[in-house]
Amino acid sequence: MVEAGVGIIFWILTFVIIVSALLVVTLKNIFHSALFLILCLFAVAGIFILLHAEFLAAAQVLIYVGAVSILIIFAIMLTSNMASKKIIQTNQNALVAFFACLMFLVVTLVLINKTGVWNYSTRNLPAENILTIGKLLMTDFMLPFEVVSVLMLAAMIGAIVLAREDKA
Amino acid sequence: MLYYLGLAAVLFSIGLFGVITRRNVIGILMSLELMFNAANINFVTFNKFILNDGLTGQLFAIFIVVVAAAEATVGLAIVLLLYRNWRGINTDNVSIMKW
Repeated sequence: MVEAGVGIIFWILTFVIIVSALLVVTLKNIFHSALFLILCLFAVAGIFILLHAEFLAAAQVLIYVGAVSILIIFAIMLTSNMASKKIIQTNQNALVAFFACLMFLVVTLVLINKTGVWNYSTRNLPAENILTIGKLLMTDFMLPFEVVSVLMLAAMIGAIVLAREDKA
Repeated sequence: MLYYLGLAAVLFSIGLFGVITRRNVIGILMSLELMFNAANINFVTFNKFILNDGLTGQLFAIFIVVVAAAEATVGLAIVLLLYRNWRGINTDNVSIMKW
């Protein structure tokens, strides 16, 4: 019973993700594609919940939907005349790129299908998702955690320095 | 599990298509976010079905989210700078570094 419900939710989320992702890359109006990007990221957060990654789903909603999308919408508004309908938003490679990506997709799907033996694990994920992640971040993943913090700081300072108006 | 991997493959291909075809730099950044998400779905899927006595895959996905946020910050700052200096953010206008 529960499994069937998960399947239905998975297919709904998949449908939403694929349709909105296609709209993100094909829509003429860049502002509308930003809004569909938000929808797509929400649905990906739903997929994370289906995969028992609750903290990651929350982080996805907070960081992507809350921060990155707002940043993108700000950038679109600040460069507002680039979003008008007169400007062509795609270049001339569309047909070639379509077939190249189709080839990539087919090859990937065939590879996934041809892989016969997956070493499925039988154990369950740790029950307390956030607790385990916190413990791992403070023990085994201490160094990557600190490095990522320094990276965030560098990105923040870099963005401020880049976008500053030069008064001189 | 194969359905999740297939979903990630489809999402990655759509993002790749967007990166190749968009002229607008912001459009390219949005397509990049789609590709990051496809990679994240793969990490979490393998974490659940293959290696599931720890949460290494989920931690990697969290680090990817953070790095993607940093990348978007710097990328959009560069976009604003381009717009200020060139009055346009289409990639074919900004070919000053192409030899």
